[in-house]
Amino acid sequence: MTSQVSSPAEQADGAGGANEVSQANEALVGEQRGGGQHGAVKEVRRLDRVIIRFAGDSGDGMQLTGDRFTSETASFGNDLSTLPNFPAEIRAPAGTLPGVSSFQLHFADHDILTPGDAPNVLVAMNPAALKANIGDVPRGGEIIVNTDEFAKRAMAKVGYETSPLEDGSLDGYRVHPVPLTTLTIEALKDFGLPRKEAERSKNMFALGLLSWMYHRPTEGTERFLRQKFAKKPQIAEANVAAFRAGWNFGETTEDFAVSYEVAPATQAFPTGTYRNISGNLALSYGLIAASRQADLPLYLGSYPITPASDILHELSKHKNFGVRTFQAEDEIAGIGAALGAAFGGSLAVTTTSGPGVALKSETIGLAVSLELPLLVVDIQRGGPSTGLPTKTEQADLLQAMYGRNGEAPVPVVAPRTPADCFDAALDAARIALTYRTPVFLLSDGYLANGSEPWRIPDLDELPDLRVQFTTGPNHTLADGTEVFWPYKRDPRTLARPWALPGTPGLEHRIGGIEKQDGTGNISYDPANHDFMVRTRQAKVDGIDVPDLEVDDPSGARTLVLGWGSTYGPITAAVRRLRTAGESIAQAHLRHLNPFPRNLGDVLKRYDKVVVPEMNLGQLATLIRAKYLVDAHSYNQVNGMPFKAEQLATALKEAIHD
Amino acid sequence: MTEALKLVPKAEAKQSMKDFKSDQEVRWCPGCGDYAILAAVQGFMPELGLAKENIVFVSGIGCSSRFPYYMNTYGMHSIHGRAPAIATGLASSRTDLSVWVVTGDGDALSIGGNHLIHALRRNVNLKILLFNNRIYGLTKGQYSPTSEVGKITKSTPMGSLDAPFNPVSLALGAEASFVARTVDSDRKHLTEVLRAAADHPGTALVEIYQNCNIFNDGAFDALKDKQQAEEAVIRLEHGQPIRFGPEGSKGVVRDAATGDLKVVPVTAGNEAQVLVHDAHSASPTTAFALSRLADPDTLHYTPIGVFRSVDRPVYDTLMADQLDTAIEQYGKGDLAALLAGNDTWTVIG
Repeated sequence: MTSQVSSPAEQADGAGGANEVSQANEALVGEQRGGGQHGAVKEVRRLDRVIIRFAGDSGDGMQLTGDRFTSETASFGNDLSTLPNFPAEIRAPAGTLPGVSSFQLHFADHDILTPGDAPNVLVAMNPAALKANIGDVPRGGEIIVNTDEFAKRAMAKVGYETSPLEDGSLDGYRVHPVPLTTLTIEALKDFGLPRKEAERSKNMFALGLLSWMYHRPTEGTERFLRQKFAKKPQIAEANVAAFRAGWNFGETTEDFAVSYEVAPATQAFPTGTYRNISGNLALSYGLIAASRQADLPLYLGSYPITPASDILHELSKHKNFGVRTFQAEDEIAGIGAALGAAFGGSLAVTTTSGPGVALKSETIGLAVSLELPLLVVDIQRGGPSTGLPTKTEQADLLQAMYGRNGEAPVPVVAPRTPADCFDAALDAARIALTYRTPVFLLSDGYLANGSEPWRIPDLDELPDLRVQFTTGPNHTLADGTEVFWPYKRDPRTLARPWALPGTPGLEHRIGGIEKQDGTGNISYDPANHDFMVRTRQAKVDGIDVPDLEVDDPSGARTLVLGWGSTYGPITAAVRRLRTAGESIAQAHLRHLNPFPRNLGDVLKRYDKVVVPEMNLGQLATLIRAKYLVDAHSYNQVNGMPFKAEQLATALKEAIHD
Repeated sequence: MTEALKLVPKAEAKQSMKDFKSDQEVRWCPGCGDYAILAAVQGFMPELGLAKENIVFVSGIGCSSRFPYYMNTYGMHSIHGRAPAIATGLASSRTDLSVWVVTGDGDALSIGGNHLIHALRRNVNLKILLFNNRIYGLTKGQYSPTSEVGKITKSTPMGSLDAPFNPVSLALGAEASFVARTVDSDRKHLTEVLRAAADHPGTALVEIYQNCNIFNDGAFDALKDKQQAEEAVIRLEHGQPIRFGPEGSKGVVRDAATGDLKVVPVTAGNEAQVLVHDAHSASPTTAFALSRLADPDTLHYTPIGVFRSVDRPVYDTLMADQLDTAIEQYGKGDLAALLAGNDTWTVIG
């Protein structure tokens, strides 16, 4: 949940090890569940938060399982944050370490900020999933393993010489050995499905078991399954049956003696109606909302690329909003078509990631020169080159800032949480439309696929983005003739007029060759070029962005400055430090070009500035260059978001250094 | 009014060539073939009777790509090779515009080859004028993807090694619904072809042989010299037997053994076998065979005119139709309902 950083209600986001906290806050709930066939009464404990990780083969349906558990949890009213983590291959070799796909979900009865550092519960569908994830589970954590998959060969494949279930290597964990595959097949024996087909429902069995363990509502999942398999009712019912069998297994078997409750996070949320939303979905909705608020048709030119494609998929569903989506022949044509649509008066967008951004560079330069509004959405992923398509990174900042020939300034906006992608998209559209410029919207893989609760805004809260097209002459020549000058600027914003084809009398030509100030005619004049370069820069420098807010309740000497998706982990780390009595200030940038006007002053107020980034110090480089501040980088480029504990340790060292 | 232009608003008053001339000084080399093409386009535009503000010329980079600056319409001089992509975005978002792309052999077939073939297969409502001078002019004389093998240029002092593209063959292979070829110096023919292209719903590719008098002078002399042209040029006319040469003494017939086309002297015996040109044939096979008749070196047996003109659904119209269908099926988009989705919960303060 995105909260005010200065919220008095803030809680220590799991100060200390995650597991410690859940233990410490466990409390026996008054009511106890009726037991299973033996009539035993099962204990119910209350937790304030839980981190669950589902892990299996990339074909095991772990992402779906995680999504469903998340939806159940969201509708129950917990705060939550998710971290899907999957390989780039669609079906990586079965049973191998690189083929492991996982989904981590952190949910709580209070406001939380990250998907959690370490899982309290690991569901391991096979030996590879166990091996790949066990290192993240603290001792004492619960592990549910699908024992059916622990055959000698499968274990040998990932380097287990002896069974970890028997050789004592899992001592200290609370292991629940469950023959998930056998139980699923048994539960579905009346459906007459081929064995392979029946086996595939084992993820729903696991989901049912976990749903029992954590008292999740189940109606949503049953409804979902019946909808998803509407055309195959037998499969739908088989999955529902597996899901229920998993639930009943928890209820009856003695191995699961305890279940847990995590109360809704009623205190954490301001009044309103909420839903769960991922970053890419929020971003897509933000674009549709911007189109409505600007009263311009939305045009997306895009080429499929992970992890940006979901925006193309989502927008393609909403043609009844007047949304046009064009799947181009390549990245260049994607942005080219968008720019053409911008010339015609659409709210134009292109979406991409990784190497796709590099391919679009030349057209972004043209858009800078043409001064047309254009949103360039970059869902950053691991690089260079193809890099890590499904992993997150923040290493495109300098490319967004400088990755073009010539002096080609482009505003840069970065969302901080999945839900914030909605607001960031509206803000990027505001800048593009007001200043007639391409704008980079820098999301990343973590925001794109991660999700959190979102307070659904009322439409009348949304900004007014309407634009004024030019419809008549805007200049009078010395001889009194009224003419249209495509590069005569608004003196306040320095934006040039946007006159659409179809407007009589304003026929004009624009292009990538340097233009004469005002007329827009081709000009090679040295002084004019110097003037135009400086004017384009001044236009971007002058963009109206709000001042940077600093959260500094105790007059700290150290400031931690972040941007983009590191907001959650940084804020969680800051809470931990403050709970432990440390003094630290926090600020987070949404606007990276131009920077907020007060950024220089803010930086100078602190003895030490620490900049954590998922790159090798790109924001730090920018602020060192611009403000001559000795900013310290703290970097991680492993394809994963920062862990709060690790950041807290690093920041603590910085405070006392 | 033709199908292609029915969505574009009409001019209120009668137009003249002057209305289409911009105030910009034309800066091509004196004697360049581009002047003739510009004059032909400016001269023919009033015939269309379209509101001039609804006409847009989009170009890439190269000598020919300066074209939009000289047309008093809306225009964009974009980046190298990308004009078809940019024009696709414009045309597919604005079906009320008549969008023209001006490009050259380097722009369209080298750096922009991908965009050209995809525009053709999509059948976007674009009229693409490909000025083919078989050389790079603006960069001062390197060989181009249409230069003949062995071309001696600054970048190929021992002769170019790569086989050229035949733009008409390429376009036909890319599922083009309209493909034509004409010559800069034949104003009448050029205008006729432009008229046919403008009438065509969907993408029309017009290859215009254009002389670069600085770097590749005389490249098309075989087609221009009156004596040689009689032997070299085959004028295609839909529904007419394909005959050329002095008094139509030569004709194109199908080789019974190979199915290919060949040129034969027309006699009383074989006159009935002379192929009748069918630009509207559903199959592009014969059009392709015609595109292969010319000798790439001597240019003898070069067909000009409309090779192919068939009706195929137009991308922009299909895209607009899908929007209408979506509204019919789901109603006009309701943003509040979209944002809320199906799974919500309410927090009461």
